[in-house]
Amino acid sequence: MKGIQLDLISEDKLDAMTSMEKVRLILDEVRNGKILILEKGLTPNEQTKLIELTMTEIAPDEFSGIEIESYPVKQNDNLLNKLLGKTTLKTRLTVIGPAAQLKTIKKSRDLISALVSP
Amino acid sequence: MGIIKRLGINFSWLKRIFKKKRARIGIYGPPNAGKTTLANRIVRDWTGDAMGSVSQIPHETRRARRRQGVTIESNGSSVTLDIVDTPGLATKIDFHDFMVFGLSEEESKRRAKEATEGVIEAVKWLDDLDGVILVMDATEDPYTQVNVTVIGNMEARKLPLLIAANKIDLPNSSPSRIHSAFPQHPIVPISALEGQNIELLYQEIAEHFG
Repeated sequence: MKGIQLDLISEDKLDAMTSMEKVRLILDEVRNGKILILEKGLTPNEQTKLIELTMTEIAPDEFSGIEIESYPVKQNDNLLNKLLGKTTLKTRLTVIGPAAQLKTIKKSRDLISALVSP
Repeated sequence: MGIIKRLGINFSWLKRIFKKKRARIGIYGPPNAGKTTLANRIVRDWTGDAMGSVSQIPHETRRARRRQGVTIESNGSSVTLDIVDTPGLATKIDFHDFMVFGLSEEESKRRAKEATEGVIEAVKWLDDLDGVILVMDATEDPYTQVNVTVIGNMEARKLPLLIAANKIDLPNSSPSRIHSAFPQHPIVPISALEGQNIELLYQEIAEHFG
């Protein structure tokens, strides 16, 4: 059967990786034509790292970059955090694929609609 | 600190000494959102100069440009800023997209290469800023990855962010869509091209970055 490989990566696996490991894994897999769905998503700092590294790998007629869509981060302001006077950011589900094959049709706060082409 | 407060000692003079002389503000956004048009308007209004050229072809700005010491006055208060106009952020750059605008293949490839370097430069500048004006095209879907990434970065760094919902001179613009997407941040609907609401933007700049 022909098709596009879709890998769903769990929050646990992502938690066990460093930022650079995550970014490297994403770029390697996407460059191999895979589409990744990250259960937890990337921190804002990891997102900028990914953009930066993607730019260094863009080459004419070979790789034009990535399509990445994630829900906006949520403020994790639970009671304990409020008492401690701090808020942390909670990242959310993220879809990443080759720009040549994955195209976002519509995105809202809680919905990502995308088109995948072979 | 509580004791100092109770004693009524005023340390505002100390704050003035250690306060940064002027804030460094980056103008960010996706390609063709109107960043350089806005930078030109601000700099022209307050210094009489311009910052860079604008074009319909995406990634016209491929190097960050800094203008130092721009003093903005509004409602009796004034703020002096270093303004950094950054190249448009993107996650993909395909040279074929430039050929649609009539550029040759060679020119398009060169532009694409420079654009990738520009994106890296824009990302690097995030580490050296005191605040950001995020320019969004009010005719487009606001939930783009570029917008989400810039906002997430500023929230993580706890730095001030002002959203300029640009292109309200166009009939299909919808600044309210941007407001409902990012209600936690101040939004000013503007037309950088025609100058609509630009005074309101200066008020917000003076308030948030002063």
